[in-house]
Amino acid sequence: MFCIRACSGLVGCRTATRVRSLHSLPGITVAQIDEEVAKLLQLKAQLGGDDGKHQFVLKTAKGTRDYNPKQMAIREKVFNTIIGCFKRHGAETIDTPVFELKETLTGKYGEDSKLIYDLKDQGGELLSLRYDLTVPFARYLAMNKITNIKRYHIAKVYRRDNPAMTRGRYREFYQCDFDIAGQYDAMIPDAECLKIVHEILSELDLGDFRIKVNDRRILDGMFAVCGVPDDKFRTICSTVDKLDKLPWEEVKKEMVNEKGLSEEAADQIGEYVSMQGGMDLAERLLQDQKMSQSKQACAGLSDIKLLFSYLQLFQVTDKVVFDLSLARGLDYYTGIIYEAVLTQAGVAPVTTDAQNGAPSEESVSVGSVAGGGRYDGLVGMFDPKGRKVPCVGVSIGIERVFSIMEQKAEASAEKVRTTEVQVMVASAQKNLLEEKLKLITELWNAGIKAEVMYKKNPKLLSQLQHCEESGIPLVAILGEQELKDGVVKLRVVATREEVQLIHNTHTILDSCLT
Amino acid sequence: MNMLGMFCIRACSGLVGCRTATRVRSLHSLPGITVAQIDEEVAKLLQLKAQLGGDDGKHQFVLKTAKGTRDYNPKQMAIREKVFNTIIGCFKRHGAETIDTPVFELKETLTGKYGEDSKLIYDLKDQGGELLSLRYDLTVPFARYLAMNKITNIKRYHIAKVYRRDNPAMTRGRYREFYQCDFDIAGQYDAMIPDAECLKIVHEILSELDLGDFRIKVNDRRILDGMFAVCGVPDDKFRTICSTVDKLDKLPWEEVKKEMVNEKGLSEEAADQIGEYVSMQGGMDLAERLLQDQKMSQSKQACAGLSDIKLLFSYLQLFQVTDKVVFDLSLARGLDYYTGIIYEAVLTQAGVAPVTTDAQNGAPSEESVSVGSVAGGGRYDGKCRVWASALASRGSSPSWSRKPRHIG
Repeated sequence: MFCIRACSGLVGCRTATRVRSLHSLPGITVAQIDEEVAKLLQLKAQLGGDDGKHQFVLKTAKGTRDYNPKQMAIREKVFNTIIGCFKRHGAETIDTPVFELKETLTGKYGEDSKLIYDLKDQGGELLSLRYDLTVPFARYLAMNKITNIKRYHIAKVYRRDNPAMTRGRYREFYQCDFDIAGQYDAMIPDAECLKIVHEILSELDLGDFRIKVNDRRILDGMFAVCGVPDDKFRTICSTVDKLDKLPWEEVKKEMVNEKGLSEEAADQIGEYVSMQGGMDLAERLLQDQKMSQSKQACAGLSDIKLLFSYLQLFQVTDKVVFDLSLARGLDYYTGIIYEAVLTQAGVAPVTTDAQNGAPSEESVSVGSVAGGGRYDGLVGMFDPKGRKVPCVGVSIGIERVFSIMEQKAEASAEKVRTTEVQVMVASAQKNLLEEKLKLITELWNAGIKAEVMYKKNPKLLSQLQHCEESGIPLVAILGEQELKDGVVKLRVVATREEVQLIHNTHTILDSCLT
Repeated sequence: MNMLGMFCIRACSGLVGCRTATRVRSLHSLPGITVAQIDEEVAKLLQLKAQLGGDDGKHQFVLKTAKGTRDYNPKQMAIREKVFNTIIGCFKRHGAETIDTPVFELKETLTGKYGEDSKLIYDLKDQGGELLSLRYDLTVPFARYLAMNKITNIKRYHIAKVYRRDNPAMTRGRYREFYQCDFDIAGQYDAMIPDAECLKIVHEILSELDLGDFRIKVNDRRILDGMFAVCGVPDDKFRTICSTVDKLDKLPWEEVKKEMVNEKGLSEEAADQIGEYVSMQGGMDLAERLLQDQKMSQSKQACAGLSDIKLLFSYLQLFQVTDKVVFDLSLARGLDYYTGIIYEAVLTQAGVAPVTTDAQNGAPSEESVSVGSVAGGGRYDGKCRVWASALASRGSSPSWSRKPRHIG
């Protein structure tokens, strides 16, 4: 028997609700429970919440961090470069809420579902924080019945990673996704995605990079012709994926000893996955006696050929490699897959497993800064009629980029400015606040970025010190004599050279702007 | 059992052979039911709900966003980008830097900061780690950031989304996830200079956004409190009379007076005296006149506020913004929050049908914001006291100037 009886009596207000027992009704409903919970929570709020605990623990939640002004300045530069590139290619942008209905995210992430942040059941809908930007994208397309869109989306996502496993992994981090959705002629949008990755990585100036390309159909076809049983495709695939971290001997050992593959099959795989090249390799494999037996592999190889012909026109083949050992995130992708890696060890990398935008089955090698591929089946999962919307896209490992840029800034002699002030309006003597405020108003009204100290009588030295700390390049100094003469002294902070200007708006502005 | 003043909950759950019966003793035998006991009952009910399969085992394609939230389509994003560029351009012109904070805070960071509005906070589920809540505004995270980093001086803007579990039955069109755009100057400075710059910034932004004509109303908490004192309002009625005065932007004086006298128990004489003052609007001249006013000048507090208003207007004149700024004694917004100057910008052209922006302008919902309000703020020196232990070594109590704002 099940029953709930709740009575509330406070300040003369009485409500009694009784829910009939289970064996007389089909059962208490979720709605009824929600109602009871809401009443109890209201009562709790009236009583004043958390028993009056008032501590001040000055920390952010585990796995999250504030961005200070310096980091924000770096972040802004990076976003401007990336967004500039997306816009150059005609992409529009959307935004989605930070939490979704729990059911929207259910069943989309496999084992990783345990890493999803749920919101507390406070008597309403069950909600979860978004885990990536791809599922919200698929929901958005299905909700709005959109079949064609080229969109970028830069936003934070949330994963309850176990910090014991990986150092430096955040639980709140940026993802930067670009996707082209729609039925189009083969490989043109795919090639444009790679052109975009090439442009972004070149402009960000992170050093040399390579973009590895492969295709799920080629991998599956290769396993088939090498004698891998169908039901072992996935597991062998994740072993192949370890080639970016482990030498072949160890990878082979795992295939044979742990995954039960025959040594012969493993050796055959070993021959293929060591191959790298361009269009030429694709052509060679199409002639390969074994590989050509797989229709699937041939389809993939033809598409790789086509892709490279477009990449040649896009002038990016210098950095793109067809690499048969690339096996990232195969659960997700249905065709071409790619991954961009920085080739210069240089900076100590933060592991970016699963932070590059796809489920963590994919392993991403150290140094990886972008990854993506074609995923034709996802949107159909959301559509009640199962309508397919083919998609190809890429996710930029933007946290990795931030961390590299931050380290670069640290190492460089040049200070990162946190403000963009062009002129400091300063005074050499006392009682000049009024004059300073008049001058700064002229500058602001003309769009010049200017600052003045919030003191009636600041010392000139403090004002100059502020310029140096903030990196303000120019200081306009007002003085009694100069005011009498109708002039303003404009000084270059770094060199101390001075120019005396007639105090009128135009001359000052001209000097500030040059 | 159901007697007046008595309170009890009995919850029994019997499912799959598991039976738990809990009884909470009635109020008249305990000092009262505790929050912990309520937590326990709620937990049991929610466990039951989970056993029932969450949302009754529905596995439909529910293609919707959570209640109170929405996607931004490309058109909306294009507009949003323009608006942000204008606003951020203005902040940068005035030398502000920006920060960002996580979308959730430790629950204890937000506890005790929002009074009755605490019930509107989104909590994260206890999944075995720290207890977390989604940020409710940008001011508490800002205060935490300053204290954590021992910062006493900063001029920062922060544009980000905040989260409130508003009851949609009460207000149409109110979102649960919405942008806030805050600009604050923290630090000990000479009086009214940063305050004046805040108003200059509001003026610049509203002019550039081209929303039509606007006015920025200015007042001061010390002037209001002083006025109430000299009009004979008892100290303990200051706050409640203040919220009545605040209704003047929506109701005519007769109704406001009626509420003061009939509901709040104020003498008609006191109400009339208040009525004379709150109808006053002007500029520096009004401040000067009130400093000479026989009654008002009796309040030291009011005189301090009036002197600051004078000083403020002298700076506003130099900033060339006095055309749109009005010293208005009926402005009484968010007084719990502010300690000195307060201001609110309103659009004067009715034009667009407004979305109620109560409590979405960044301050606790006690403040009422008139229809057409697009910005609001003031000086809040006391907020930092909450973090005094972290800042005590500095000796001085930081003072703040602020402009919280809702972008809808």
